[in-house]
Amino acid sequence: MLSCYRVLDLTDEKGFLCGKSLGDFGADVIKIEKPGGDPGRSIGPFYHDSPEPEKSLYWFAFNANKRGITLDIETADGREIFKRLVRTADVVIESFKPGYLDGLGLGYQVLSSINPAVILTSISGFGQKGPYRDFNDRDLAVWALSGYMYITGEPDRPPLAPSYPHAHLVGAMNGAVGTMVALCQRRLTGHGQQVDASSHQGLCFAISIETKLPWAFQRINVSREGRDRVRVMARDGQVKLPLLWECKDGSIAFFFWIGPNFVKHNQDLVRWIRESGIDPGLLAGWDWEKETWSRFTVAEVKEIRRTLEQFFMKYTKMELNDLSLEKRIQLTPVLAPKDLLQFPQLVERGFWRQVEHPELGESITYPGGFVKVGEGDCGIRFRAPLIGEHNEEIYKGELQMSTTDLVNLKERRVI
Amino acid sequence: MAKRPFEGLKVLDFTWGGVGPFQSNFLTYYGAMVVRIESFSRPDVTRQGGGFNPRAAEHAEEFRDPRKRLEFGAAFAVTHPVKKYGISLNLNHPEGVNIFKRLATWADVLVESFTTGTLEKRGLGYEDLHKINPRLIMHRTAGYGHTGPMASQPGFGQTVTSLTGFYTITGWPDRLSVPISSFYTDHLSPLFGGMALITAIDYQQRTGKGQCIDQAQIESGINYLSPLVLDYAANRRELALKGNKCSYAAPHGPYRCQGEDRWVAITVQTDGEWEGFCRVVGNPEWTRDSRFGTLEGRVAHSDELDEHVNRWTADFTAEQVMTMLQAAGVAAGVVATAQDSEEDAQLKAYDFFRELEHPYLGKQKFFHPPGFTLSDATAEIHRPVFLGEHTEYICTEVLGIPAADFKRMEKDGVFD
Repeated sequence: MLSCYRVLDLTDEKGFLCGKSLGDFGADVIKIEKPGGDPGRSIGPFYHDSPEPEKSLYWFAFNANKRGITLDIETADGREIFKRLVRTADVVIESFKPGYLDGLGLGYQVLSSINPAVILTSISGFGQKGPYRDFNDRDLAVWALSGYMYITGEPDRPPLAPSYPHAHLVGAMNGAVGTMVALCQRRLTGHGQQVDASSHQGLCFAISIETKLPWAFQRINVSREGRDRVRVMARDGQVKLPLLWECKDGSIAFFFWIGPNFVKHNQDLVRWIRESGIDPGLLAGWDWEKETWSRFTVAEVKEIRRTLEQFFMKYTKMELNDLSLEKRIQLTPVLAPKDLLQFPQLVERGFWRQVEHPELGESITYPGGFVKVGEGDCGIRFRAPLIGEHNEEIYKGELQMSTTDLVNLKERRVI
Repeated sequence: MAKRPFEGLKVLDFTWGGVGPFQSNFLTYYGAMVVRIESFSRPDVTRQGGGFNPRAAEHAEEFRDPRKRLEFGAAFAVTHPVKKYGISLNLNHPEGVNIFKRLATWADVLVESFTTGTLEKRGLGYEDLHKINPRLIMHRTAGYGHTGPMASQPGFGQTVTSLTGFYTITGWPDRLSVPISSFYTDHLSPLFGGMALITAIDYQQRTGKGQCIDQAQIESGINYLSPLVLDYAANRRELALKGNKCSYAAPHGPYRCQGEDRWVAITVQTDGEWEGFCRVVGNPEWTRDSRFGTLEGRVAHSDELDEHVNRWTADFTAEQVMTMLQAAGVAAGVVATAQDSEEDAQLKAYDFFRELEHPYLGKQKFFHPPGFTLSDATAEIHRPVFLGEHTEYICTEVLGIPAADFKRMEKDGVFD
């Protein structure tokens, strides 16, 4: 759907996903790397654990569907070449320190004077203005300030950050949405504009309902609760139930909903518990149409918890998955990528895609498109570029440079 | 004044919960006319849950009215901080279905978030609507998508997240993994879905073509975790939970500061950052320990290093440590609570949390735009729409139903 657009992608790992998502819809995304390769190529994991620039799986994951050229925009020649590329571009994406492009004489005003229709999308930890603008915006600092760290982890231990940091992916996707909004506006106005995407604001948006709301309305400061994230009001006080429960071979997610939409659901659950040979105990007498948790005392809710714990421990996570599907109970197995690769719903939808890597002599399984569309395709078309893979195609084929020009630029480390 | 990005775009919004509205909101913030279909018999969960606001007592009479009570649902104010039009329809009444069809003919876009079958059984599936409006975009978001064995299974963020891998990436090595929050992908999949929706709109405006988009929220969620998928596919490796340890940074993690449960997150990766860090700490003897002279050494001895850092941070507030370290170019951030975010200077500079008056919620400062800012268009914030607030206006003004017919329909229970 986006094959009519050209995107110049100057980002580092903070912004890779933005261009990738546009490429998933067919946009012609040209990843511009420093001569020698983007520093993002040093991010692990690596194919067969070889820490080489052409084997970063992180690079593969978020730079697929892009062509790649090398260009040093810090040199005068590099800047001129970049300006030539801007003439035919619809979007430029960058994630440098705020103000860096202005310093090179490649800020929005300059790009806009070359091509008034161009959209400049800037992705950063904290945004292009404000007191944190010049902060070092490494993932952990942004993650902490977003509020997610404070509420994640166990009450008896310090706050916890993910072992797979991903704060900037949220900024990058905000950049992608903003870019599309700007493209829509451009059709009405004829003009490009600046998109300022911030991982911090993106995450503050995401966490809003979870922490901001209880704070704004009730001055409740949501803190770390481990797995016990379901708050219920018993007759004599508040008590928590788990969101994630242990089963025979792992964990499952079960959020104990009640209310008018869950009457049949909860009746079916109690029937299942009884069928499994466990005494549903207090759950058996619950009038789901009329009664809430206030029917029980804190001690009784804890007893219900024990009943459920026993029940889940009777099964493996996939047994629980299959049975809950059959009985239409809201329960899912906690799965890691390893299990997801086999998971029936994803397999049946043809989600996983094999992407060829001729240099490695094999195909690798990638996640498929993030949506299924009726027009064109969404998903991986081709693997991430090698360093300077499309230099000739673009410099010679499009900018009409000669072989001598290329050699010359290469010798001066411009490309 | 420049035209707004979605000026003139007509959107029918039949969504519930968080994921659907978060996607259609992108259009509403920027000028689309959005008509939201709801019903009183099956109210949106965000109208019911999320804790009733403390002002219920001030509006005791309205609160007793089961219909008005739905306006007190605080979560709905987070999912709907935008100006929408509201119509309440009884889709079990043939005339309600008929009005839905007329609205689908009027609209450029239908965004919906029900499971497979909900619309189909009423003759409102994509095939049906495509016949009456070939250029319609039907954007469908569901936990597990509209094909496959789970197509008819409703998806809630708490359980959907389980099938993305996101529940397996955070934890201590000696304990079970913990969730990042309670319905994490509900907030991340709308970015992919919303981007796809706007892509389809851009395409529709260029080509006149409509289409059906099927978003399985688990598939959008997994797209954030691609490196972990590739690591397993290529190396058969699963992510090891490391608590707050990092193989390429030390110090790294939260450090205790003055006050109760106050922390600052610090991460030091390059030698330059380490030098900056040591300068701020005042170059005490332990910073000159040769074991800490290289990144490898700092990572290998991070437990001991953490003890030193914790002793240093304990004498300051989290804000002080952040300010001092950031001034030296070291990444540090307060481990922020909701209260911290409310007072956050950066968010203030962006006018992020905005105050709005709501008849039942009072004056609240937590309505906010998305995480990006456009130089030529403002994201407009508005109090959430009431259930069926504009039913009459939509029917008579937008669809041109004669007033007498509308009254009759009202009596016949077409609206709910």
